Amino acid sequence: MTTYDLIFYLFALIILVSAFIVVAARNIIYSAFSLLFTFFGVAGIYVLLNADFIAVVQVIIYVGGILVLIIFGVMLTNKITEVEIKTESFQVLPSIIISGIIGGTLVAIFTKTNWKVAEPQILDKTVTEIGRFLVSHYMILFELAGIILLVALIGSVMIARKEKLETEEVEK
Amino acid sequence: MIEQYIPLILAILIALLFSLFLLKASSWFGPQRPNPEKLSTYESGMEPVRTARERFSVKFYIVAIMFIIFDIEVVFLYPWAVNLKNLIDLMGFFIIAEMFIFIIILLAGYLYLLKKGALKWD
Amino acid sequence: MIPLKYYLILSAAFFSIGIIGVLTRRNAIIIFMCIELMLNAVNLTLVSFSSFFGDSSGQIFVFFVMAVAAAEAAVGLAIIIALFRNKLTINVDEVNIFKW
Repeated sequence: MTTYDLIFYLFALIILVSAFIVVAARNIIYSAFSLLFTFFGVAGIYVLLNADFIAVVQVIIYVGGILVLIIFGVMLTNKITEVEIKTESFQVLPSIIISGIIGGTLVAIFTKTNWKVAEPQILDKTVTEIGRFLVSHYMILFELAGIILLVALIGSVMIARKEKLETEEVEK
Repeated sequence: MIEQYIPLILAILIALLFSLFLLKASSWFGPQRPNPEKLSTYESGMEPVRTARERFSVKFYIVAIMFIIFDIEVVFLYPWAVNLKNLIDLMGFFIIAEMFIFIIILLAGYLYLLKKGALKWD
Repeated sequence: MIPLKYYLILSAAFFSIGIIGVLTRRNAIIIFMCIELMLNAVNLTLVSFSSFFGDSSGQIFVFFVMAVAAAEAAVGLAIIIALFRNKLTINVDEVNIFKW
């Protein structure tokens, strides 16, 4: 049991416990903040896997962007009078069975398969590698990602903004 | 490998402990003699008329969307920018044109929204 | 050194927790968060394969998955906000105008 192993188990524990809190918390704000710890835990695992650039991107995009959007969503959709934002769950037993089946299948596949693992290689300078692949080999995908972002930008602003147009029309 | 991250871990720990300390310090060290007047929302100010936990305007959400989309654009720019020199040696100036296409695609969306008045704050 | 299997089992467990969340919760935003959990589990698998096979293509896939996840978050939450504006609820079992 080296320090390396210890760090892995620590991050695995953080991920699983905080993911469970996301699923099980009664208060939606607790879920949102526990999602923060999940994302940080995943970033830690990425660092252990020598993917330092992806770890930083995980923190920037998920914690800095998506989580902020989710918290905005929570703030924008609670009822004004309701201070405690409670949510309930239903169909607990069948869904545990279904996810047990799917998770069991995944674990069985992962453990039974004889993965051809080379000696775990340390990719030094992952940023350079990613940059080279991104603009040469995956060029079309890269431009398509730009188009997806464009569609998301225009679409989401137009959907979210409808309120203002309606009130303007009513005023006229 | 993991040793490189020790300063980062230390910085996170210090930030966490220091902010927790500051959060608690005033209640540990300061004298506490509360009275109803002191505990009101605005001491010797106006009475609060309704709850502060109101739904805020959707305009802030639109700014957040803009932020996240251009955040990703910057993240995509980064690995291209750090080894631009090698890439130009490898593939010529096509690389720069390619990135400009990407930027122009997103800029088109921004200009469209600007023209539609989505960012107007009245 | 942790073997590849452990990373894969971690991501499988993580993914199943996400599935439980999607199936049991009624609040659309929590369903959303659980979808993000599942995407993260898949990213974890991709990065661990990429690292253990010494091939950085997996990390580029993670890159694209993150971009799509952010686009999905923006559009999905906009739809949830529009839904709340029209129906004053975001519980998925109360949004059933298509059901008869």
